[in-house]
Formats: sequence, C-alpha cells, structure tokens
Amino acid sequence: MNVPTTLLGLLEPEPSHGYELKRSYDSLFADNGRALSFGQLYGTLNRLERDGQIQVLGAAPGEGPDRKRYVITETGVAQVETWLAEPERPEPMLQATLFVKVVLALLSDRPAAKYLDTQRDAHLERMRELTAMRKAGPLSRTILADFGLFHLEADLRWIDMTTARLDQLRNEITR
Amino acid sequence: MSILSADHLTKSYGSTVALHDASMSLQPGEILAVMGPSGSGKSTLLHCLAGIFTPDGGTVTFNGRDLAALSDRERTRLRRTDFGFVFQFGQLVPELTAVDNMALPLLLAGVRRRPAYDRAAAWFPRLGLTGLEGRRTGELSGGQAQRVAVGRALVTGPTVLFADEPTGALDSLTGENVMDLMVDTVRTEGTAVILVTHDARVAAHADRQITVRDGAVIAPEVHVA
Ligand SMILES: Nc1ncnc2c1ncn2[C@@H]1O[C@H](COP(=O)(O)OP(=O)(O)OP(=O)(O)O)[C@@H](O)[C@H]1O
Ligand SMILES: [Mg+2]
Repeated sequence: MNVPTTLLGLLEPEPSHGYELKRSYDSLFADNGRALSFGQLYGTLNRLERDGQIQVLGAAPGEGPDRKRYVITETGVAQVETWLAEPERPEPMLQATLFVKVVLALLSDRPAAKYLDTQRDAHLERMRELTAMRKAGPLSRTILADFGLFHLEADLRWIDMTTARLDQLRNEITR
Repeated sequence: MSILSADHLTKSYGSTVALHDASMSLQPGEILAVMGPSGSGKSTLLHCLAGIFTPDGGTVTFNGRDLAALSDRERTRLRRTDFGFVFQFGQLVPELTAVDNMALPLLLAGVRRRPAYDRAAAWFPRLGLTGLEGRRTGELSGGQAQRVAVGRALVTGPTVLFADEPTGALDSLTGENVMDLMVDTVRTEGTAVILVTHDARVAAHADRQITVRDGAVIAPEVHVA
C-alpha cells in the first residue's frame, strides 16, 4: 500500500485540506488497512510538498497544519499516472494495493480495465515462471511453486471479477 | 513467419455477435493460451481458426494459404492431417477400446490397418497408459481418457493442436498431470498449440497468452520490469 501516492490521487481532482483528504482516505480505504493517523497524514503531506508533488495553495491566518489547502503539481500527477499504470510485482497478498489502484483509477477517470489487464499479464508471466519451476522439480520445489501459483490464481480471479464489474463500481464510488 | 493467423475475423450467430474483430497469430511450435470470460468468443475463434466454422468476415491463413480459398475436401484433409483436437470431453468413442480410438484418425487419413495400430500402440507408454490399450474408453477415468484424447489428437503428427478446455473436467492434480504430458509431448513433436482455457494455471503452461473480450482479442502490451 502506497500512502503518499494514494493521497496524491485523492488530491488530484481538486485542492483540499488535510482533514478532507483523511476523510476520503478513511471512508474509501480504512477497512482495508488502518485509518490514517494525523501524524502520518501531515508527515506525508510535508514530504510531498518538499518533493514538489504538492503545493500549499494558501494558508488561513493562524497556527496549525489544518489551515493549509493543498493542490497537486504536474510532478504529482505524473507520479499518480506512473503508479497506476505500472503493474505490481505479482506476489501473494496484493489485494490492498490493487483495490486502491482500481478505486483511484475510477475516481480520476483513468483506464482501470487497462491497468487490470496489464496486471493480469504480469501475473501470468510470473505463473509461467513458477510453472517452469514446478516442472523442473524436485517435489519440494514443486510444492513451493504450487503455493505461489494458487495464490496468484486467486488474485487473478479477483482481477477477472473486478474487470467484469468496473462500471457498477464506478457508479457506486463516483456517485 | 506465423503458421496460423486470423485477421479481423467477424462471426455472428443470428443476432449474437460472437467475434467482432479478432486478430492473432501463432508461431510454429508455439503454445498460445487463449483466455477470456465465458461467452467472449474463445471457442468460436478456435473453430474459425480450425476451419470448422467459416467466419463472416476476415481471413484465416494456415501455412500461407487462405482457408476460405480451399475446397471442402482440402479443408477436411487439413483437419484430419495437419490439425489435432482435444476438447473437454466427448471426442472419444466410448464403446471402442483405447487403441481403437487412438488408431481411428490414422485409419480416416488412409493409413492401412496394421501400421495404424502399430503407431497407435506406440503412444501408450509415452502417455503413461501402458496396459490400458484394450480398455473401452467409457471405462477409463477422466484423466486417463484425456490422455488417450491427447494421443488421439497427436497420432497423425499434426502441425497445430487445438485444445478447448482440455482439463476442464479434471481435478487440479490430474489436470496438471495431463497438461505436463501434453506440453512435454508437443515440445518433443514440435506441434504448435492453441489452448483455450479459463484456468490461469493451465494457461501458465503456454509460452504466451491472448485475452478475448467481447469478441475481440486483447494482446498484452507491456511486461513488468
Ligand atoms: N451455436 C451457437 N448458436 C448461437 N449462439 C452461439 C452458438 N455458439 C456460441 N454462441 C454465442 O456466441 C458467443 C460466444 O460463444 P463462445 O462459445 O465462442 O464463447 P466462449 O468464450 O468459448 O465461452 P465459454 O468460456 O463459456 O466456453 C456467446 O454469446 C454464445 O452464446
Ligand atoms: Mg468455449
């Protein structure tokens, strides 16, 4: 799960305050991991600002981080774009990251189906490697390869089911 | 040079559009998995490639020849000698013995009885089926029957094997065994394979995959670094 890029993705549609970003983040992604702490939120926003991926649009007078409104920069948009389009390394337990990518892609009207197809190909590529490994043996290696194959297969089923229901999901989350 | 290719195929059944723009190509000796959701047009594509169905539009080229330009006789001959078929089930004659089933394609291709049976019998040890030659195929287990079907499909030495869900009716371990045998055998024989499957574990035996969605082929664009 990539919290900085996820926050960038949530910030992309319109400038927001930190607490608004936290609210979107928690409502979309918190059951899937943990709610974002304020420390994590503002720490991440400071780093994103330092790296030129977001800018402070204006701060209301007074003290405290909650007064700042942030806007994404072109560098930030490019980072979101790259992260969404690039397949993840196929390994077990990817669901949180893939879920976030699908939701962000739909929220920003990017081609979620295409990203899932790319991920699917990456998974199959890895499954081919594991299949070669299980064929080469010995049995202990075969059994190990099988573990990876069954987990990747489960991811693929999720990818297929999600691909088939993207329109419904888009309606639900962009309503 | 590809051995078999489809260019912009279209095919409808009445008002159902099964293929609306399907293109792909197969290299000699290559194993290509064709994946995609149920009803997306995978079997229709396979049948068009094998000359079983004539597409409404587009061309299928085998060895540089347009299938549509062949006579029915030539196409039938092609299917009997250059192409082999394995389906989920149902391609064996249950009342006949395993060796009768295996010899049948050779007899149909005009090979004489004695050499046909000799060649058929030689496949049994390769497929781990020694001793089952005289068993009626209706009395074989699913995995044994699929191995006979693989032998039957390859006995004429085809250039392309068409396999539509070849392990669809088997449990995982038996399915893996059938796939291992099938892949080892086609690699030795140099046979190219069109492998239609839903099952990613089966597709992972192929050299590469294409996906059919809504009657069109989606080919992979990029690979992970
Ligand atoms: N003989 C037929 N008559 C009418 N419609 C057909 C016929 N065969 C297939 N279809 C339709 O054409 C479309 C594509 O079918 P096809 O059998 O090629 O799909 P498939 O990808 O092989 O599906 P599955 O994975 O379920 O085998 C489907 O909508 C199907 O209902
Ligand atoms: Mg089918």
